[in-house]
This record gives sequence, structure tokens and C-alpha cells, in this order.
Amino acid sequence: MSPAPTLYRGREGMWMWLVHRTTGVAIFFFLLIHVLDTSLVRVSPEAYNEVIGAYKTPIYGLIEAGLVAAIVLHAFNGLRIIAVDRWTWALRHQRMLVWVVWGIFVVMMAAFLPRHLGHVFGGA
Amino acid sequence: MMTAPELTEPKKPMNRRTVGNAEKWGWIFQRASGVILIVLIFTHLFINLMTGDGVNQIDFAFVAGKWAAPLWKWWDFTMLVLAMVHGTNGMRMIVNDYARRPFVRQTLQWALNISMVVIIVLGTLVIFTFDPCPTGTDTELLNVELCRELGRL
Ligand code: HEM
Ligand code: HEM
Repeated sequence: MSPAPTLYRGREGMWMWLVHRTTGVAIFFFLLIHVLDTSLVRVSPEAYNEVIGAYKTPIYGLIEAGLVAAIVLHAFNGLRIIAVDRWTWALRHQRMLVWVVWGIFVVMMAAFLPRHLGHVFGGA
Repeated sequence: MMTAPELTEPKKPMNRRTVGNAEKWGWIFQRASGVILIVLIFTHLFINLMTGDGVNQIDFAFVAGKWAAPLWKWWDFTMLVLAMVHGTNGMRMIVNDYARRPFVRQTLQWALNISMVVIIVLGTLVIFTFDPCPTGTDTELLNVELCRELGRL
């Protein structure tokens, strides 16, 4: 390794950059489709219910879980980026903050997944 | 493992003129909108996926119930605009990183800007021209309580 100062050494920060970019693109394309399917409420109640009905199937249930995971990661990593740009304290502890982001991710998914998967697979 | 290139002193230091104000404002906007979007989107997800029957409760009558309150109309409108501008701005930064040929870059930027405008206009029209009780619909599908209240049923 070169001793010269460099920001990206392929460790936590660089992985999170990749995660941030991938999730951002995925959410962007989801949002385009999401506004289109919501616009069916202006076509007819039948059309909207028909398409939204698909969202309650197991396959979509899992896709929704993936989307929520992407949002949670992008959002809290976004806050980490803001903090690291802004406060030297955060810059100094940026590697630790990566693990804080993953910690928050685990807690939020633990709160979300059982309930959501219960709705999707519980068949209520 | 790959070794990262060394950081060298840039030949032309960045300043307000070389970066341009658009780039600076894009950077600030990305941060400001991100913070607001957390509140907007997490609330949206919580109400639609965690309360009641979660995803199973979502249908036309559910949307009618939400959009009967101006709060949720404006909530969704703000979320629509901020998320689309934030997402498009982010996609623009990514395109700038990967698309080196000016023609490709400009074509992609145009496609992004057009889709942003189309989606914002469509989404806004949908929210503010929404009719909760279209005539001739099977009452099964309507939010009966709301339509009675509105004198539409
Ligand atoms: C939930 C709240 C959100 C927060 C806190 C947030 C935060 C951020 C921040 C701070 C950046 C700038 C990163 C940088 O300068 O390096 C960014 C970039 C980006 N965001 Fe978000 N964002 C949020 C939601 C969204 C949504 C809803 C979308 C899609 C519609 C999105 C798509 C993107 C994209 C595509 C980028 C560019 C990524 C890159 O350049 O690698 N974000 N986000
Ligand atoms: C699986 C997760 C999601 C579900 C089940 C869902 C469901 C819904 C529903 C039922 C509506 C109709 C009105 C309302 O309830 O407020 C809606 C509208 C909307 N949602 Fe979501 N949503 C999800 C994720 C998201 C995400 C991640 C975003 C942001 C990036 C988002 C942005 C919007 C916007 C902007 C509207 C208004 C659309 C319009 O203008 O016509 N949603 N969503």
C-alpha cells in the first residue's frame, strides 16, 4: 500500500459508497413505477385494485422488503455522509459510523420484517 | 486487493468558478432534501405497511380515505417533488461519472429531466384531481363512509 494519503482504500467507506449508489438508483426506478401505478386511481377503482392486488402476493412482498431495506440503508448512510462532511468528529470516526448505520439497519429490519412478512404470508 | 491511486495536488484548485454554482447548490440540495425525505418516506412506509393490515389494506378505498385529508395530499405532493428532484439530481451525478462522451451524457441528462417533469406533473395531477367516489362504481370498491359523508352516495 502506498503511504500517500488517499481517501478510498477499498474498505468500509468505499463499500458504503457502492451501497449508497446502488440503493439510490434502485429507489429512483422504483419511484417512477410507483407514481405510474398510483396514477391508476384516476383510471378506475377496478384498475387500481387489480394492479395493487399483485403487491400483496409473496413475490412482491419480498420485493417490498428489499425496497424498505434499500431505503433504510440509503437514508441512514445519507445521514452518515452528511455528518462526515460536516463535523470533524464524525470524519475521525467515520469507520465506526459505518457500523452504526448497519446497527440501525438491523434494528429497523427486525422491527419491520416480522410484521410485514406476517401480512404477506399470514394471508389475513 | 486493488490499490487506490495516490491523491495528488489538483492542477487547477476547485473554487466557486471552476465548480460552478449549480454544482454547489446541487450538493446542498441533496443534503437538505435527504433530511426532509427521511421524515416523509419513513412516515409513508410506516402508515402504509405497519399500521392496520399493512400492505393488505391498500386499495382504492384506502387511498380515498387518506387523500380525504389535505395533510396527506400535501404530504404526498412534497414527497413526490423532493424525491424526484433528489433522485434525478443523484442520477445526474452518476451519469456525469460514467458517461464520458458528450452526446451520450447529454442524451441521458435529457431523458432524466424529461422523466422528472413528466412524473412530477402526472403525480401532482393525480393527487389534486382525485375523485374518491366516481359515479357508476360498484359500492364494494368505494370508501362508503366517506362517500356518504360527501353526499355522493
Ligand atoms: C430517505 C431519505 C434520503 C436521504 C437521507 C438521502 C441522502 C442522500 C445524500 C446525502 C446523497 C449525496 C451523497 C453524496 O454526495 O455523496 C444522496 C445521493 C443520492 N440519492 Fe439519496 N437520500 C434519500 C432518499 C433518496 C431517494 C428517495 C432516492 C430516489 C428517488 C435517492 C436517490 C439518490 C441517488 C441516485 C443519489 C446519488 C448517489 C451517488 O452519487 O452515488 N435518495 N442521497
Ligand atoms: C412498499 C412500499 C410502499 C407502499 C406499499 C406504498 C404505497 C403507496 C400508496 C398506497 C400510495 C397512495 C397514497 C398514499 O397512501 O399516500 C402511495 C403514494 C405515493 N408514494 Fe408510496 N408506497 C411505498 C413506498 C414508497 C417510497 C419508497 C416512496 C418514495 C421514494 C414513495 C412515494 C410515494 C409518492 C410520491 C406517492 C404519491 C404518488 C402520486 O403523486 O400519485 N412510496 N404509495
